[in-house]
Amino acid sequence: MIVSAKDIHKHFGALHVLKGVDLDVAERELVFVIGPSGSGKSTLLRCLNRLERPTSGSVRVDGIDMLAPSTDINHARQRIGMVFQSFNLYPHMTALGNVTLALRKVAGKSRAEADVLGQAALERVGLADRASHRPAELSGGQQQRVAIARAIALEPRVMLFDEPTSALDPELVGSVLAVMRSLRESGMTMIVVSHEMGFARAAADRVVFMDDGLIVEQGPPAAIFEHPTHERTRAFIGQIQRH
Amino acid sequence: MTGWDRFAETFFNAKVMAKYLPDILYGMVVTIELAVLIILSGLFAGLVLALIRSLGVRPLNWLIIFIVDLFRSLPPLVIIVLIYFGLPAAGASPSGFVSTWISLALVLMAFAEEIFWAGITSVPRGQWEAARSTGLSFVQTLLEVVLPQALRLTIAPLTNRTIAITKGTALGTVVAVTEILGQASSAMSNSYNPSPLMMGATAYLVLFLPVVVAARWIETRFAWKR
Repeated sequence: MIVSAKDIHKHFGALHVLKGVDLDVAERELVFVIGPSGSGKSTLLRCLNRLERPTSGSVRVDGIDMLAPSTDINHARQRIGMVFQSFNLYPHMTALGNVTLALRKVAGKSRAEADVLGQAALERVGLADRASHRPAELSGGQQQRVAIARAIALEPRVMLFDEPTSALDPELVGSVLAVMRSLRESGMTMIVVSHEMGFARAAADRVVFMDDGLIVEQGPPAAIFEHPTHERTRAFIGQIQRH
Repeated sequence: MTGWDRFAETFFNAKVMAKYLPDILYGMVVTIELAVLIILSGLFAGLVLALIRSLGVRPLNWLIIFIVDLFRSLPPLVIIVLIYFGLPAAGASPSGFVSTWISLALVLMAFAEEIFWAGITSVPRGQWEAARSTGLSFVQTLLEVVLPQALRLTIAPLTNRTIAITKGTALGTVVAVTEILGQASSAMSNSYNPSPLMMGATAYLVLFLPVVVAARWIETRFAWKR
């Protein structure tokens, strides 16, 4: 298992957001996490790279104990790419600057090496010709693809996607999903929080349904979408599909 | 003699002005020296305090807030007088020049810290998270990602505050600093004529008007779209 989270609990003050979640993800697997808002799926994702520290439980990624005090978290995070709903590109840097910052500062590449790797990463997301553009000069879809390039440039073992298309205009969603699909085909392990059901059906190995801080049900997309066994899953899938 | 002639004779007396021009020019040099020292040390100290504050160490932050609030509340003239007349009692005897420099630098430091801090906290959390998720350390994130964005947000309030405090160099005249106002007022009492004061005012305009205009230019230059 490349990702192994055991009995994750997360409290925010009095709020109990994760109530004992286990999640194992195999290499090259694409796991889709769905569920109503407030169900804890984003928090679970953020516990995997320790953007949130779980109140209790254990997280191992690529053999590294992410919660151990002795773990060099900055080193460990290089292996875990993350893409955010709101892109979070650095507005004061060009697309290439965004992609190469961690290559230079964390991976220790020279500027010339980083530029070559960064340019290759932009190529992979179809934006080689936008390298010198600032985020403000790019569309939402392009910004999100630069954000993906920023993550994959570090050659992570796992990619986390936190609602990567939720902030996009409908006509821009396709370009981001296309990049995710090609990542998938290259064998990247991916954990995706999203409501893009079409993409889930086509590309996911497994769909995990969360509600109220727990994993309620999981299985292959066909099983979850066509024959959900739990009432809450059925209600949620029904709501999503009515849209 | 017409009214206008009398006015010119009093406020723009050519003979008096020629005689005291070297004094005023000397005062300008002193004012420039003071201003540069105050701006460099005040802004630097303010930035350092804001960076320390961003580390989030509670007792340290309380201390910073206390210092900053103290120097934002005290009138600069009071600080100058306290340092100039008070410190000798503690064994140190700073000159008027040094007293004025330290006092105004402390005041600028206090206001600058608040402005830098406001800039740092107004950078969205997502910027921190994105940078940290790629493995950048806290300090790398602060210096490479957050600070460059924070500085752009601070340029307008910072230039305004810097100009306002730097003009306070005129307060140095109270502790015998030979800056512009000091030179002008002693020239005025020696010549029984207010023309040197007009020269002093002109000297301030010559010094600060370009700075104000430059500040306006910097503000528009760095107002960038997000």
